[in-house]
Amino acid sequence: MAKIVLENVDKVYSGGVKAVDNLNLEIADGEFMVLVGPSGCGKSTALRMIAGLEEISDGTLSIGDKVVNDLPPKNRDIAMVFQNYALYPHMTVEQNLAFGLKLRKTPKPEIERRVKEAAAMLGLEPYLKRKPAALSGGQRQRVAMGRAIVREPQAFLMDEPLSNLDAKLRVQMRASLNQLHERLGVTTVYVTHDQIEAMTLGDRVAVLRDGRLQQVDTPKNLFDHPVNLFVAGFIGSPAMNFVTAALTENGTGATLKFADHTLPVPAETLEERPALRDYFGREIVLGIRPSDFDDAEMAAHNSGTMEVVADVTEELGTEINVIFTVDAPPLEHEDAAALAADAAGDGDDEDGVGAGLPLARDKSVFTARVNPRSVVRPGQPITLAVDTRQLHYFDKVSGLAIGHPANVAAKA
Amino acid sequence: MGFSILDELPKLLWLVIGLAAFAGVIGLLLLVVDRGPRARRDWWQAAFFLGPAVLLLLLGLVYPALRTAWLSFFDGSGETWSGLDNYVWLFTQPEILIVLRNTLLWVVLAPVLATATGLVYAILVDRSRFESVAKSLLFMPMAISFVGAGIIWRFVYAYRPAEADQIGLLNRVVVAFGGEPQQWLLNQPLNTLLLIVVLIWVQAGFAMVVLSAAIKAIPSEIVEAARIDGANAWQLFRSVTLPSVWPTLTVVLITISVQTLKVFDIVRTMTGGQFDTSVIANEMYNQAFRYGELGQGSALAVFLFALVIPLVIVQMRTNRRVREQQA
Repeated sequence: MAKIVLENVDKVYSGGVKAVDNLNLEIADGEFMVLVGPSGCGKSTALRMIAGLEEISDGTLSIGDKVVNDLPPKNRDIAMVFQNYALYPHMTVEQNLAFGLKLRKTPKPEIERRVKEAAAMLGLEPYLKRKPAALSGGQRQRVAMGRAIVREPQAFLMDEPLSNLDAKLRVQMRASLNQLHERLGVTTVYVTHDQIEAMTLGDRVAVLRDGRLQQVDTPKNLFDHPVNLFVAGFIGSPAMNFVTAALTENGTGATLKFADHTLPVPAETLEERPALRDYFGREIVLGIRPSDFDDAEMAAHNSGTMEVVADVTEELGTEINVIFTVDAPPLEHEDAAALAADAAGDGDDEDGVGAGLPLARDKSVFTARVNPRSVVRPGQPITLAVDTRQLHYFDKVSGLAIGHPANVAAKA
Repeated sequence: MGFSILDELPKLLWLVIGLAAFAGVIGLLLLVVDRGPRARRDWWQAAFFLGPAVLLLLLGLVYPALRTAWLSFFDGSGETWSGLDNYVWLFTQPEILIVLRNTLLWVVLAPVLATATGLVYAILVDRSRFESVAKSLLFMPMAISFVGAGIIWRFVYAYRPAEADQIGLLNRVVVAFGGEPQQWLLNQPLNTLLLIVVLIWVQAGFAMVVLSAAIKAIPSEIVEAARIDGANAWQLFRSVTLPSVWPTLTVVLITISVQTLKVFDIVRTMTGGQFDTSVIANEMYNQAFRYGELGQGSALAVFLFALVIPLVIVQMRTNRRVREQQA
């Protein structure tokens, strides 16, 4: 096992396209690191560079203190799991598992032992003599995992390994992947475009966009303290609601005004983020997570309220998603546009509401997640409580989170 | 000797009449099928559409085949019953045994070498910068008929006495290296091998194109997985490429085998079957149409037919298996 370090890594394709731009990432020994981002963000390219399947244009890559820029894939001691499994179709499951070991001249009894062990771990014993064509998608996926496990490599590289499975199986495999990592403790780099997968699997998650690293942190920190509009909108489902709001000072504290709504800014927020004071009297982008709303009648936190009319309600049993419009123009920022494009092109994002409501072209569409016992009905007015301590504030131009430690440090 | 379009008018007229007749028949078929009774419609519709093709097939293929088989039990004139005499002759006459030996040599060498050449070439040029140019170079002979290829290669093997300038490429090279010019097509068994080279030259392009497509159809992830698993170029070829293209390889091998069994033009144009280079198809032609030995020619034809049938069966089986795998 080893740590993987990327230093100023670039990938420039022959056409001049920069797929990965100055990527710095340190993946600790035994860590489960998820690279996430919309399609074309460079996450797969980054993974393939670690694997040695793509050349590194600039920068250094080291695996376990050894610079491996010029090592061929087979000498990097890594194993990879591919999206479409890439099993050898003419070999049985057993041969598929043993192939890498055979090529490395591992002694026969040792091969047998490892194959048996991996097969037992993954429940593949009944299928050892079958060929991949006779297996279901989930079984093939497990063989692909097994092929990586038997190698006992320094690191696992996984390129969207669950995206070809149906939704239910994906959730199951996600859980088994977690267990597997707990058990083996092998450094893992995992690429996905599915932010739920990223949040549930990763020790840390690196969010990429257009080849540039946006933020790398624990799932919780990404969710609670996104560094910019893009990360804020990408992480979390349903996505964070954005609106341009005027921030004004008033005696004791500050207030936010947008459309016909007013929300107070708690004093502790101003204390935490003194930079917000620079924005008094100016417009900022306000972000509210759907989960920071609730039906005012049953809300625990009631530091601010919004009177709205529910357009659509989605009753999910454990919660109700209330979709409503706010009479303010939708956010015009390149990050918001990128997110909308991603949501529109991303068919399997079950919660991708809001992006495709053409009726609300000149209004902002909001989603609130409220208590399942709320009596809210479509077309009915509802008073929503907002947990104002959890509000997110972004610079209107740069899209950076105001007062976020990373941004403060960058400025200084 | 002027060419006048007016002289050709009758031919053109026949052409027009032929086209009109064709259109008429098709029109009539469609009309009948369209207006016919509804009962058991699908059955007789199929019969109507298949009818003309089946008729032509019967006339052009099945009847001649049966008649050839029948004739193979008669003597040269096709009038007196001679039992199995022609078959006994086929397997005992020394000249014919040489023909059979030559055919065996062809069938063993040509398909394997042509396919191997095509495969090696396809792998070498795969994803190289000059792939398309390199591929068209090898594929070009495919566009030449066997007769054309035979004439081209007769020049390659051409012989002039030692004191004269060599016009044949091969002898030119031999002389350039200080050797004696050879009468290549006269010395057996080398001459048969030199004829086989011509077939390989023509068919390697076919093998290369088909195999190249099969190689490109191997998912790149499988190749990448093998590279990460630690395979070098040879192991990659042996463990991934070859098994993946195996069904295609069989199809190519059998297709060329059938072509080889039937080879006639190359032998006919280059040696005419002399100097112990004849093969079954050439001998069949000689016996039936030059020596007037209809029975013996027919026996050769039947034997050739019998040799091709198992290959065709294997071919069809492979095709079906490939289709099932894809499904």
